[in-house]
Amino acid sequence: MNDTHGKTPGARQASRRQFLIDMAKTACTVGLMGTGLALYTKQSRALPPLAIRPPGALLEADFQGACIRCGLCVRDCPYHILELAKPEHNVATGTPYFVARELPCEMCEDIPCVKACPTGALDHQLTDITKSKMGLAVLVDHETCLNFLGMRCDVCYRVCPLIDKAITLEAVHNQRTSKHAMFLPTVHSDACTGCGKCEKACVLEEAAIKVYPIKLAKGELGGHYRLGWEEKKKAGKSLIDDQNIITMPTRRPEDNP
Amino acid sequence: MSARAIGAEAVAEKGWFASHKWLILRRSSQLAILALFLAGPLAGLWIVKGNLAYSLTLNTLPLADPYVLLQSLLAGHMPEKLALIGVAIVLAFYFLVGGRVYCSWVCPVNLVTDAAAWLRGRLGIKGGAHISRKLRYWVLAMTMVLAAVTGTIAWELINPVSMLHRGLIFGIGMTWTIVLAVFLLDLFVSANAWCGHVCPVGAFYSLLGKWSPLRVSAAKREACNDCMDCFAVCPEPQVIRPALKGAKQNVGPAILSPNCTNCGRCIDVCSKDVFRFGLRSAK
Repeated sequence: MNDTHGKTPGARQASRRQFLIDMAKTACTVGLMGTGLALYTKQSRALPPLAIRPPGALLEADFQGACIRCGLCVRDCPYHILELAKPEHNVATGTPYFVARELPCEMCEDIPCVKACPTGALDHQLTDITKSKMGLAVLVDHETCLNFLGMRCDVCYRVCPLIDKAITLEAVHNQRTSKHAMFLPTVHSDACTGCGKCEKACVLEEAAIKVYPIKLAKGELGGHYRLGWEEKKKAGKSLIDDQNIITMPTRRPEDNP
Repeated sequence: MSARAIGAEAVAEKGWFASHKWLILRRSSQLAILALFLAGPLAGLWIVKGNLAYSLTLNTLPLADPYVLLQSLLAGHMPEKLALIGVAIVLAFYFLVGGRVYCSWVCPVNLVTDAAAWLRGRLGIKGGAHISRKLRYWVLAMTMVLAAVTGTIAWELINPVSMLHRGLIFGIGMTWTIVLAVFLLDLFVSANAWCGHVCPVGAFYSLLGKWSPLRVSAAKREACNDCMDCFAVCPEPQVIRPALKGAKQNVGPAILSPNCTNCGRCIDVCSKDVFRFGLRSAK
């Protein structure tokens, strides 16, 4: 036997072979683990609509790269509305959230939760709580909202911290009774912070007004849209030649002159 | 069951307290740290706020976990100043005392896996699946790659270390299932499977302590009577041999492997007082 270094060339080859097999084994195990975790990561980024992040939270995809789950925001919230997600919750493990229908954000002026965040997952540039966008309130159910039924509930409007800015009551004719008005709670996305006080206060069994993630709640006009009346205001005059507009004869159904 | 309990000789020779000194100190440290974190939520005594990922002590001292923040950085997020200061303090501390001091003196999972190891011994469970001790470094690399690729701190979704600590402080929920899984893994599948083979947190801290000055040293190795108690009690027994048996090869008596957790159990169980804490340069 050729035994100068204690190992024959055959044995050396075998041990190299074993080494490579062991490497492959470990790499495959870890690869499998990683793939599973990557898929789970993707899933966990789908925040359920009713879970609302604290004020100033980055967009969900960025938030999960920035939040280290320390819970300081939870600790510094004077109203104890925030919770760190447990594994059984449908929210990325350990990240903070609140559910408006249970406890809405009280919109503290000094925003202690944002100040407490050590990583900036809650953006420190947010210094005016009325500028926060935790979500957007939507009057989702026109069939059960008491104001839509012609009554004067108005509770969502009354509790809104930005009353007459984020929620207004718009008077419209009540066609059912034909002699009353309906005061429809109307949310304005430029002012609504998504605090959830309206959702919490809604008197129905299931709230007719809910805070949704802005992405779900908001439509978006095509980039080419121009609103004539806005353009007119900007230009100070009509953009078309008003003089030469042809007035068409009014057409009515023939049996109803 | 072994014919003779580990450390029986040391107890006979040095007495119970002297042969459990470092174990007692270590448990005190683990429990004291937990108590500090729990004093706030349980007793309203807010000395420490947060958890092991980031904490604020007395509203002034920030401490942050460099492993989590490194993943956050790889995910593309730059943390605020307080977190960076916290990381710097923690890095400096573990660089000095040994990275895996985190594992044996701080981490709450150590209580779980030590309990599993104890029960494994009592039940006489031997052998089990072969897991490479290098697996943890692969897992560590995987968590880093995932952070960069997915843009999220992916490992924190399932990390038993942070989940247990956070669970104890903020509400445990179903976290106990993960903790139980780790316990059963260590009990039945392989000895010290989690902390010694899989956990990327420990792997990260071991790298942090690669050049740490504070080490366990086999200072009186010539007195060793080959009772093997230190090997039996050590969660990373492969780290002992080079230092204990290296006199002939001119290897120093300090245990230099970064995977030594500086738990000090070898010091306790040695009836000949071979080991003691010292510097890595110990001769």
